[in-house]
Amino acid sequence: MSFFLADKVAPYAWFPEGASSFAPQVDFLFTVILWICVVFFVPIVIAMGYFMWVYRERPGYRGSPEALHNTAIEITWTVVPTIVVVWVFWEGAMGYLDMARIPKGTVDVNVTAKKWQWAFKYENGGEHEVIPVENSSVKELPLLVLPVDRDIKIIMRSDDVLHSFYIPAFRAKRDVVPGRYNYMWFHTTKEGLYDLFCTEYCGDNHSQMNAKVKVVSQEEYQKALEKAIQEPEDPLERGKLLYKRQGCSTCHNAGAEGASGPGPSYNGSWGKPVPLESGSEVAFDENYVRESILNPQAKARKGYGKASPMNSYAGKLKDDQIDALITFIKSLENANSATTK
Amino acid sequence: MSVADRPITSPVRSEVDSYPEHHFLNHSKGFLSWALTLDHKRIGLMYLVGVMSSFALGGMFALMIRIHLWNFKDGWLSNQTYNQVFTLHGAIMVFLFIIPSIPAALGNFLLPVMLGTKDVAFPRLNLSSFYLWVTGLILFLTALSVTGLDTGWTFYTPYSIETQQGGAVLAATFGVFVLGFSSIFTGLNFIVTINTMRPPGMTWFRMPLFLWAIYATSIIQVLATPVLGITVLLLSAERLLGIGIFDPKLNGDPVTFQHFFWFYSHPAVYIMILPAMGIISELMSVHCHKGIFGYRMIAYSSIAIALFGFLVWGHHMFTSGMADVTTIVFSALTFTVSIPSAIKVFNWLGTMYQGTVSLNTPMLYALAFIFLFTIGGLTGLPLGALSTDMHFHDTYFVVAHFHYVMMGGTLVAFLGGVFHWWPKMTGRMFNDKLGIVSAIIVFVGFNLTFLPQFVLGSRGMPRRYATYLPEFQPLHQLSTIGSITLGSGLLLALIVLLMSLVNGKKAPRNPWGGATLEWMCSSPPPHDNFSSAPTVGDPYDFSNIEYDGRTGGYVKRT
Amino acid sequence: MTAIQENLAQVVDDHADHHHEHPSWLAHHFDDAEQQYDSGKLGMWLFLVTEVLFFSGMFCAYALYRNRNPEVFEFCSSFLNEKLGAINTGVLLFSSLTMAWAVRAAQLRQHQLLVGMLGATLGCAAIFLGVKAVEYSHKWELGLLPGKLYVAQLDGAHGPHKGYLEFICQVPAFVTALCAFYALYAFKTKSLFHQRVAGPMLVAGLCFFGGVGLGQYLEAQEEASKGHGGHVAGHEHHAMVDGHVDHGSHEHAAAPESVHAAETKTAAEIAASAATAMGGTPNVYVSPTELKTPNADVNQRSMAGLFFSIYYCMTGVHAIHIIGGMIVITWLIVKAAREEFHEQYFGPVDNVGLYWHLVDFIWIYLFPLLYLIT
Repeated sequence: MSFFLADKVAPYAWFPEGASSFAPQVDFLFTVILWICVVFFVPIVIAMGYFMWVYRERPGYRGSPEALHNTAIEITWTVVPTIVVVWVFWEGAMGYLDMARIPKGTVDVNVTAKKWQWAFKYENGGEHEVIPVENSSVKELPLLVLPVDRDIKIIMRSDDVLHSFYIPAFRAKRDVVPGRYNYMWFHTTKEGLYDLFCTEYCGDNHSQMNAKVKVVSQEEYQKALEKAIQEPEDPLERGKLLYKRQGCSTCHNAGAEGASGPGPSYNGSWGKPVPLESGSEVAFDENYVRESILNPQAKARKGYGKASPMNSYAGKLKDDQIDALITFIKSLENANSATTK
Repeated sequence: MSVADRPITSPVRSEVDSYPEHHFLNHSKGFLSWALTLDHKRIGLMYLVGVMSSFALGGMFALMIRIHLWNFKDGWLSNQTYNQVFTLHGAIMVFLFIIPSIPAALGNFLLPVMLGTKDVAFPRLNLSSFYLWVTGLILFLTALSVTGLDTGWTFYTPYSIETQQGGAVLAATFGVFVLGFSSIFTGLNFIVTINTMRPPGMTWFRMPLFLWAIYATSIIQVLATPVLGITVLLLSAERLLGIGIFDPKLNGDPVTFQHFFWFYSHPAVYIMILPAMGIISELMSVHCHKGIFGYRMIAYSSIAIALFGFLVWGHHMFTSGMADVTTIVFSALTFTVSIPSAIKVFNWLGTMYQGTVSLNTPMLYALAFIFLFTIGGLTGLPLGALSTDMHFHDTYFVVAHFHYVMMGGTLVAFLGGVFHWWPKMTGRMFNDKLGIVSAIIVFVGFNLTFLPQFVLGSRGMPRRYATYLPEFQPLHQLSTIGSITLGSGLLLALIVLLMSLVNGKKAPRNPWGGATLEWMCSSPPPHDNFSSAPTVGDPYDFSNIEYDGRTGGYVKRT
Repeated sequence: MTAIQENLAQVVDDHADHHHEHPSWLAHHFDDAEQQYDSGKLGMWLFLVTEVLFFSGMFCAYALYRNRNPEVFEFCSSFLNEKLGAINTGVLLFSSLTMAWAVRAAQLRQHQLLVGMLGATLGCAAIFLGVKAVEYSHKWELGLLPGKLYVAQLDGAHGPHKGYLEFICQVPAFVTALCAFYALYAFKTKSLFHQRVAGPMLVAGLCFFGGVGLGQYLEAQEEASKGHGGHVAGHEHHAMVDGHVDHGSHEHAAAPESVHAAETKTAAEIAASAATAMGGTPNVYVSPTELKTPNADVNQRSMAGLFFSIYYCMTGVHAIHIIGGMIVITWLIVKAAREEFHEQYFGPVDNVGLYWHLVDFIWIYLFPLLYLIT
């Protein structure tokens, strides 16, 4: 905005600082529209005020009621606004096409929206961390770390209702619609810490469904990625995280007694014999779990012979990861509702 | 300068123009004579009381919102209560107040009188419309009192399918359904009346512009509202039976709901604004004692707005992920609707040019309308333009924009119309000075409330937020102060009107000098409006309408 | 007299209202019969426009979902009995004829013919509803319910009889009983008026049960021809998803394991095929029971259930309009029994006729779109 008292005025300037490649176009178009509005509005108000005064009813004054048409003026004030709006539309559409066409070679981030929390997942599978906030109705917010000077693509899905992903500094917004993926992109231009809001009403804590976006240098971004993928030291915590990350929970509803899904649940099974499809039984122990992860069909559980086959995780999980999973599954023996979803 | 101070320009036999002994208000007495009335004037007055009460209720919720938002966190409402309050504010204002207000309250009263006829085409249907409105009100009050509604007035799915609000969502959606039919039947009645019951000599282009506006509005009411009806019916079926059309868990599509909803709700905003523009045309020409500038353009532009308004609903959904082509086409079409509106504003200014402007209460409201509606319309430009809309959608910028057009536009015109036709409807003059004060306070308060919200929105403040970032607080507080000012101005306007019933001067037939037919019968009109069809002239020919000081009103002379 | 005086003379003296005589059938606010007739007609046409728009929302939903999942619509249409649908279509077309004839009778003061034609229209509507009652109750027995209430269809017997038809028939039975009492009363009092009204009403009530009987008979025939376990397994369903075609591998005969494994899709694939055409997230939950049914990819709540949601919404709202029409026609019968209509006043019959033709017209669209897919 203006350079007079720039930092005093900045909080009340029309826009927050722009931090993406969209900002210049959006800000420019808005400024032009603002001036168009001024150019139309000010004369209208002046004319109104002038007419109010000059033609006011007073003794001795009688207006001339014949001025009812003026073809030239009428055509002018139809054609000129038409040209103006055509230009405004065109500029807006061009800017939009830039926003809509997602380039190649982007850094991808998976965003999951659910009431009332954002979840970010980076390309390497790592998950977001949180950042403490002050002077707010919440104590901490999810933090999305992004590299500067890169094209970023956001792949969004919702687990429940409509949400909307909005970063004012980037002039970027897209609704998150349940039942499908929505995509958006932007090009980061400036390092800094920015606000992210959910801007489609989603229920009780809609106003608290915010996040922070930190745009950092390429090196710092790499560091953040590595930190995100890190698994916890503690085998139980690690197993719990892997259970979710590897998608085990999609088919094996763990933790709830008597739960059933596409695959067998095994709560309370630890150490006990379980029946197999082949008719024999096997003890539900470390060996059995390990074998089932690496070669699921070898000892299929009874009743699941015709079920959709489980994929093998051979080559996908390292030994210590499998150990962590075993530790977690073992812990479910005593858990009543260790929800891992 | 008030009517009483004007110089006498010609003597007239005033005893003939005395206050009528028998008129529609005292034609019959008793509760049932009002409850079962078929008189369009009485129905119009009942609507007036109803919509103004709804406005007060919705306004109370608005003040609750603004007071809560004084603090950026820990406001006096819980999140859940806040969500219910803004939902009810929106739903009550849109469905119970704004959509019926001008057509049902003023339109019902004025349409037959302006046509010089006895009643609308279907008086019993008219009364049914009113009772449907009352039923809608009861259903909304039920929703309020059961557990409160928290879906937003737009009922977006899937939130509106799963929110556990007891019977509130069902009560509200049935309320909307019933109110929709009230609106449809009113529109149907008006179209038939204007088509078949115009007096001899009143060709289409000799109709008052208020009737053109009502006609265009009625077309929208008849065509668009049924789609709202089926939408809320399907939503109710979703909640009750889980039919799955809008529910992603059952392979439905939430964006389809948005398409269905906005297919009605966008034309609905033209239901809101077209009658308001009709009122302004009347106020401008009468209080400038000059024919309306560009009559035909105003008439045509009303129909154009009504028709084009059906093509632009997608501009509420630019960020939902529609196909690019769809999005761009909707944006282009959206701009086409702005041109007819702009033409009207210029025409009204042209009406003032070389007129004789009476600066009384109705005129001040009309001038306020031009100021506020122009801002509202112009701020629609960055919303219609796609790249800027990506930033502004679902922020306070949109909230400010629609309040400027709906409140600064429709409400202000409604108030101007109520003041303008108050002498006709009640037979009483109101205190013009106080009325002017009310108009000024409303104008100042309104701008103070909503101008800061443009800045809030463009700085990123999202809609429907119960808590917000601390940096937005100063502007929010300014807005709250404005809203209290605005509320005071509106309260004063109401007091001025009610006071006139107690101690207002008796009104002459034609206090303002209008040339349309409603000023040719007494104030208040008799039960049958006119004993025989009046002679129809040019509705904007003021050349032989002159002031008569003895009665304080105007008369037509040859 | 000056212009002022003329104008002021228009200020009404309230007691001088009723200078001219208005016949009882001409409303007070209309100047003449022509204005009344024109107004009524325009009003009814506008109302019909609103009805078309009201149904258009559902037709839109139909178009959207059929376009997205054509295989679902094919699969589900097999559960609809085309014979019954065709009979209903014929019945409604015939009722439009009797309705138009009624208008003519009203114009020509043929009072008894008018009552008879209106009664015939009423009777046809009742037959339509009777057949509908059978269709609906039969589907409910099978679990063909809308949306999340849909029960995935299994081969084999229907299970215990749940008595839905009896349930539906309670209200019509009660109404018919009332009509019967009214008819007895009319007979006893020998009032021509009451006889003229009660007759058609009783006939209509009986026609409803005639429709039920017809429906039952044809449904039984259909069952017999398809045989047990016919519906789901016998249906040649070509799965569009995944591009491979099922070749009746869903028959009861035990197929070798390998064939099964090749044809059976994984849970993830089924869930994915249940997602939207945009290839979206598997938000849709498919229960294990549904997964094990034949034609699992369409035979589930989010697929077939959606078809039946649209089916019940469209035919249900249509049926409500039929019932509304029956009420209005009954009102016309009352007026016709009083011989109120003549060549200057037949607007109500004409306009109700217009409404009735629209109801018929909408059914003409519903029938092929729902029943005749394949």
